[in-house]
Amino acid sequence: MDRSHFGQHSSSQFNDEMESIRSHLMEMGGLVEKQVIDALQSLLQADSELAERVLENEDKVDSLEKLIDGECARVLALRQPAASDLRMIISVTKCVSDLERIGDEAAKVAKMSLELAEQGESPRGYVEVRHIGNHVRTMLGDALDAFARFDVQKAVDVAAEDNEVDLEYRSAMRALVTFMMEDPRSISSVLNIIWSLRALERIGDHAKNIAEQLIYMVKGKDVRHISVDEVARHADVSRPK
Amino acid sequence: METAQKLNDTAQTNPAARMAQEPETMNQRIPYPERTIGKPLCDDPKMSMRNVDVFYGDSQAIYGVDLDIGKNEVIALIGPSGCGKSTFLRCLNRMNDTIDICKVKGSFMLEQDNIYDPKLDVVELRARVGMVFQKPNPFPKSIYENVAYGPRLHGLANKKFELDEIVENSLRKAGLWDEVKDRLDQPGTGLSGGQQQRLCIARSIAVSPEVVLMDEPCSALDPIATAKIEELIDELSGQYTIAIVTHSMQQAARVSQRTAYFHLGRLIEVNDTNTVFTAPEHALTEAYITGRFG
Repeated sequence: MDRSHFGQHSSSQFNDEMESIRSHLMEMGGLVEKQVIDALQSLLQADSELAERVLENEDKVDSLEKLIDGECARVLALRQPAASDLRMIISVTKCVSDLERIGDEAAKVAKMSLELAEQGESPRGYVEVRHIGNHVRTMLGDALDAFARFDVQKAVDVAAEDNEVDLEYRSAMRALVTFMMEDPRSISSVLNIIWSLRALERIGDHAKNIAEQLIYMVKGKDVRHISVDEVARHADVSRPK
Repeated sequence: METAQKLNDTAQTNPAARMAQEPETMNQRIPYPERTIGKPLCDDPKMSMRNVDVFYGDSQAIYGVDLDIGKNEVIALIGPSGCGKSTFLRCLNRMNDTIDICKVKGSFMLEQDNIYDPKLDVVELRARVGMVFQKPNPFPKSIYENVAYGPRLHGLANKKFELDEIVENSLRKAGLWDEVKDRLDQPGTGLSGGQQQRLCIARSIAVSPEVVLMDEPCSALDPIATAKIEELIDELSGQYTIAIVTHSMQQAARVSQRTAYFHLGRLIEVNDTNTVFTAPEHALTEAYITGRFG
């Protein structure tokens, strides 16, 4: 299955509907990616205006979620899709909720950035935020690229990245908890950083879910809740380094 | 704060740009598999067909099909028009014998019996392998006689009450009894289309067949009558082996346990119905199921 596949239904209306779902999903993906980048930037640069904008744009993400889900329900009702079409509709509806959650997590980061702007910045943790933030942002971008190109190898790579993000998150946690024990006055501001890191780590999880949905869509194999090695085997691609 | 700036520069947040990167592949003709994909054979077959070729005059309609039909299973035969699925079904009780130019090769076994054995009595074969057609075709007789005809022909009942019992049971199994019990002496042709079709099913099960072949049994029926027939197929599946040809893929998906996909005379793929409709193995099956041709 490749992406040219979707333009070949006997019914051209069906083609248009599937294409519309795909392009709306890509639009939503782009918007959510921008939200993550902006939220991260607002935190790192203490840019309250940008943080406010992230919060305002959340509505757009939400309305795209409703729009795409509506389109999918319509295709299910009118076209009774089967095989790859069915898998695409199922995975798109799941991706849409993952994207919406990513949007929520980005909004959390933006809120933390506003809190920090009010309370004064945290003495520690920005390096970790930048590092993990960059990592999950790349994962999200790769997951969306994989979705656009039906690139299974890239999706497996994204799934593997998530394990590293989890490791980085745990070690950042340890460092920050140690810091708070040494300097209890910093607790409230460092906590804001910790919440942000938590949100970023969740974004990584959602990006991984999106990658798994792409593998299901293209290969027809359910690769949730299994190790990266097994994912690579099911997807018939080489294991990521 | 260069990092943040860099973030924005490298971001591909433009959906149009993302979609433009996609590689376009040409729509190539999909080749046939060398042999049928999936599981055309099964452990406990009621019928086994091997190396089936069918010709109409000089033109070949079916090419080397191997297929087992399991005991008490419902198997759906699907495929675009002219793919040979009806031809194949008709071979299973020698309906093609009536077509002079039709030549059938290969082995057809109903359990231990060779269906094409010249010594085999075709009338008896058709009692064991019954058929329901696309258009309901009741005899121009009473409802009772429609169902009683077969059992009487095959000498299944000696006394009137035995025949009455067979008629009632068959009509009950076909889900028609309550609708017609007060007018058994009225002509079968006076029933509605859906009732006529159920009458034909009652007629074919009245002779206790082992296998029931159905050639698009619902294509002339409305959705409610279709639902009743499907319900019936489901109830009958415990006692009979059923092979159904259908153009409605949703119907195939609903009633069958296995699905066989024919394409231009070749059996492309046989798999669990669930597999065929969610993740078919062969690209031709995929293309047909998703409405890309046919």
